[in-house]
Amino acid sequence: MRDTIRDVVFVDGVRTPFGKAGKLYEETRADDMIIRCIRTLLRRNPALPPERVDEVALAATTQIGDQGLTLGRSAALLAGLPRSVPGFSIDRMCAGAMTAVTAVSSAIASRQYDIAIAGGVESMSNHPMGEGVDPNPRIVAEKLVDTDALVMGNTAENLHDLFPAITKERADAYAAGTQHRYAAALDRLRADFATMAARSADEGWTVATDDQLPRPETTVEGLADLRTPFRPHGRVTAGTAAPLTDGATACLVADAETAAELGLPVAMTMVGFAFAGVDPETMGVGPIPSTEKALARAGLTIDDIGLFEINEAFAVQVLAFLDHFKIADDDPRVNPWGGAIAMGHPLASSGVRLMTQLAREFAEHPEVRYGITTMCVGLGQGGTVIWENPNFEGDKS
Amino acid sequence: MSTFPVELPEFPDEVVTEALVRYIEPPGLGGRAALITLDNGYDHTKPTSMGPAGMRNLWDAFDEALASDAKFVAVTGKPFIFLAGADIKLMPLLETRQQGVDMARAGHALYRRLRDSSIPTFAFVNGTALGGGLELALHCHYRTVSAGAVALGLPEVSIGLIPGWGGSQLLPNLIGPEAAAQVVIGNPLNQNKMMRGPDLTKLGIADAQFEAADFLEESVAWATAVVNGEITVERAQIDHGESWQAVMAGVRRMVEEKVHNASPAAMRALDLLELARTASFDEGTAAENEALADCAASPEFKTSLYAFNLVRRLGRRPEGAPSAGLAKEIGKVGVVGAGLMAGQIALMFARRLEVPVVMTDLDAERAERGLAHVRAEIDKLEAKGRASKLKAAKLRSLVSASADKGVYADCDLVIEAVFEELKVKQAVFAEIEPIVSEECLLVTNTSGLSVTAMAAKLARPERLVGMHFFNPVAVMPLVEVIATASTDQETLATAYAVAKKLKKTAVGSADRPAFIVNRLLGRMLAEVTGAVDEGTPVEAADVALDELGLPMRPFALLELVGLQVAWHLCAHLNEDLGPRFPVSANLRRLAEADVPVFDPDAKGRGRLTEAGKALLEFGDKASTAEEVRHRVLAGLAEEVALMLDEGVVPGPRQIDLAMILGAGFPFWLGGLTPYLDRAGISAEVSGDSFGAMEM
Repeated sequence: MRDTIRDVVFVDGVRTPFGKAGKLYEETRADDMIIRCIRTLLRRNPALPPERVDEVALAATTQIGDQGLTLGRSAALLAGLPRSVPGFSIDRMCAGAMTAVTAVSSAIASRQYDIAIAGGVESMSNHPMGEGVDPNPRIVAEKLVDTDALVMGNTAENLHDLFPAITKERADAYAAGTQHRYAAALDRLRADFATMAARSADEGWTVATDDQLPRPETTVEGLADLRTPFRPHGRVTAGTAAPLTDGATACLVADAETAAELGLPVAMTMVGFAFAGVDPETMGVGPIPSTEKALARAGLTIDDIGLFEINEAFAVQVLAFLDHFKIADDDPRVNPWGGAIAMGHPLASSGVRLMTQLAREFAEHPEVRYGITTMCVGLGQGGTVIWENPNFEGDKS
Repeated sequence: MSTFPVELPEFPDEVVTEALVRYIEPPGLGGRAALITLDNGYDHTKPTSMGPAGMRNLWDAFDEALASDAKFVAVTGKPFIFLAGADIKLMPLLETRQQGVDMARAGHALYRRLRDSSIPTFAFVNGTALGGGLELALHCHYRTVSAGAVALGLPEVSIGLIPGWGGSQLLPNLIGPEAAAQVVIGNPLNQNKMMRGPDLTKLGIADAQFEAADFLEESVAWATAVVNGEITVERAQIDHGESWQAVMAGVRRMVEEKVHNASPAAMRALDLLELARTASFDEGTAAENEALADCAASPEFKTSLYAFNLVRRLGRRPEGAPSAGLAKEIGKVGVVGAGLMAGQIALMFARRLEVPVVMTDLDAERAERGLAHVRAEIDKLEAKGRASKLKAAKLRSLVSASADKGVYADCDLVIEAVFEELKVKQAVFAEIEPIVSEECLLVTNTSGLSVTAMAAKLARPERLVGMHFFNPVAVMPLVEVIATASTDQETLATAYAVAKKLKKTAVGSADRPAFIVNRLLGRMLAEVTGAVDEGTPVEAADVALDELGLPMRPFALLELVGLQVAWHLCAHLNEDLGPRFPVSANLRRLAEADVPVFDPDAKGRGRLTEAGKALLEFGDKASTAEEVRHRVLAGLAEEVALMLDEGVVPGPRQIDLAMILGAGFPFWLGGLTPYLDRAGISAEVSGDSFGAMEM
């Protein structure tokens, strides 16, 4: 066997400003959003000859209509990439874009591709969760999965049941914190926004330049009285959950040598990744086994990780992760620039949003060698990617 | 809010355009910008246009945006449409000349706010921008255009108006008089040619061009950079000196050459472009007000509008066509003959119907030669980029040729394009009728022979129909569809359906000699050659119709169609319709000459060689050009009246449509009959007007 493994680097990532479902992008096509991201990526990286792109892997949870038609291929054509560039669509619900990155990275590492575009899009305005699903009747008949597992808010309430130490108060405090961290980092986050044209037949065109959902004025007191829509007298509120969101992301992933050859920047180097399954009814714990698995394979421990980008589907699910790894709720290494509770979570797009953010944070933290991006996935999964900071200035021994 | 400064009449049927103002905060601008979207609430199939209510909406939008703290104000349109200009449906409703002046003043008052604004103004031309739409953009300080935009231009002259909302003054000062004349006059007189996004960039009308995919985002980013001073827009320096006058003199010659100054709108536009050299913007726009009002009140505008609507409406829904539901599917086409015309027809069917097309000729060698010619044409299409590699390959695979007429056995339609002689055509149909299926349509491409006579020898005459295509068949938009008394409804419906698929406008004609266009052109030529035979010098006869602005003078037309064909037509019309179509001895001599009678150096202008002139014999009754003109027009009026009496067409509108599309008769004549009415000829000849415009 030849040693064929190569280093995979994250070159650059962008995203549209995220919009509140049913508002900003309600009349905007999902494919147009990801096309804008791809074009912005190419414009930001003029050193990349577009014909060198070996793959366009794009994720969407609901792959119908404007998110269908093999989005990876159709969006590549519509974005103006050469016809010789292939593409495919990919789905792992919330971890869609993350899986797009790991899929193309595997191929790059094994010398099958040199450069790929990976990303995701979700118009939750036009493709609400559960659109067109047809669950197998055996799920109920054989009690394979509690029907709770299909409603994400219920799985979050289940986590509170499972981990009584995670109180509503802790969740509220975490949520307020992420809103404030987001507000403080906004200028730095904007560096990776691809402005996005959005039309409303009634109001005319606008060009979105900022996320629509953050509430920097959030206080713990304000969160305390919110309704608990998933359970009477429950603990999960709109304030401690990621809101329904529209948005797209895309990134450029490359073989390290090819990046060097073309003069492309290296924002992160991939160390390894893992996905893991958990009980669908408590899907929020998914990042725990996937992170353990990834760390073990990389020969690292949780103590080696200097920055965490964990998707905030729900505050409770982040806290379960932190408790498991004995990390404080307000540890500054965790989502230092805010998370999905503030900016939103357009399902299949968020994986690349985490990476883009981690890449920027790496640049500001040369003392940090490793970081992870991790997220929970509906129907009980977790995904984790470990990244190394090329700006690390410490001792590498 | 301020009040719109010009009082305009109310139009209850106006499709009102909204001017929606939104504020955006582009990165790096350090403030906000106002983005105005023009939108009439419909999709792109109903383009946005401007009427009084829409203008007031835009006025209010300016009130808001131009008084705001915006760092720039930009105007764009709904998807695919920027603004298709003033709503021309409203123009005929203007009752007084003053209302015409007011319409022009209103546009000026509205648009100049963009020009006078102290806040930088931008037009983001995302799509169709015609007339007043493009003029809006011209008033902005800067313009971007989408590479995907189509239907851009100032088409006013084509319908008898002038760009009267600033276009005639702004455009020449932006891109120079020569390019401006091309846009304002040249394109409208060239089958109303439209521009695309890249044309605007090339001409310097647009300062920047972005691809359609993220046109608005990139336009906003570009505008931000312009406002911040990061981008400096460079424009060509326009020479306002003598070269301007020299250019305009050249343009005047072009207009003289092309339409013999018959289009008053083109003449007014020329004057305005000339004026733009020295006039202040106020003087220039004041001149536009007067010119627009004059044009709007002119008979040429009314006839142009009639012609425009005729082509758009009647052209799309031919009168007398049976329900389209009766039409049969055409899965394979046969073409009898493999000559030049047959090859053109075969290629057209293959391109438009995308079904196999098989040609036959008398022997394998001729068939092969015919096919080779078609393939060469396909190669040309591919070389010019008119057909992609794949499309060209598809066309090559679709067209075949054979010497064996057995190939027609599974055709659904067989069209003959053999020599224009009744016996030849009858023989063709007699030979193929036993070969083709029961359901197969038989079509003749005769330009004037009796279809009924061809049907007489058929076992199943109900499936025979005439489809007369004009030369060159790929280009000419008209097809005359001829039903005989026995043609059945399915056959006729199929002929119309096929015409539509071929992207032709169909006009139905009764089976009368030479149908519509050739009969009238034949009459015109008969009168001209008759005058020459009587003693009128060719030079005088040939220019007699100049003031109509026809696309060709009579002798150029003779040269184009070919003297033999013309002679054949005239002789045949004489036979069928009698002495109204006298047989011209001079025409016969020219047709039978064994020396070149037309000067090849005159580029198809129909100039006779000395040898050609030497063949002519003149009588002693010379007419003046004016007398010839009257004689021709009276002849045409008489012929139209007879055609209507004979029921060749249901009414004069079909005559006009056919003459516009089949003979290139100009919009300002309204085709033919409105001009005959206007000139008083109809009344003089038949006691009454044709009245097509009032129908």
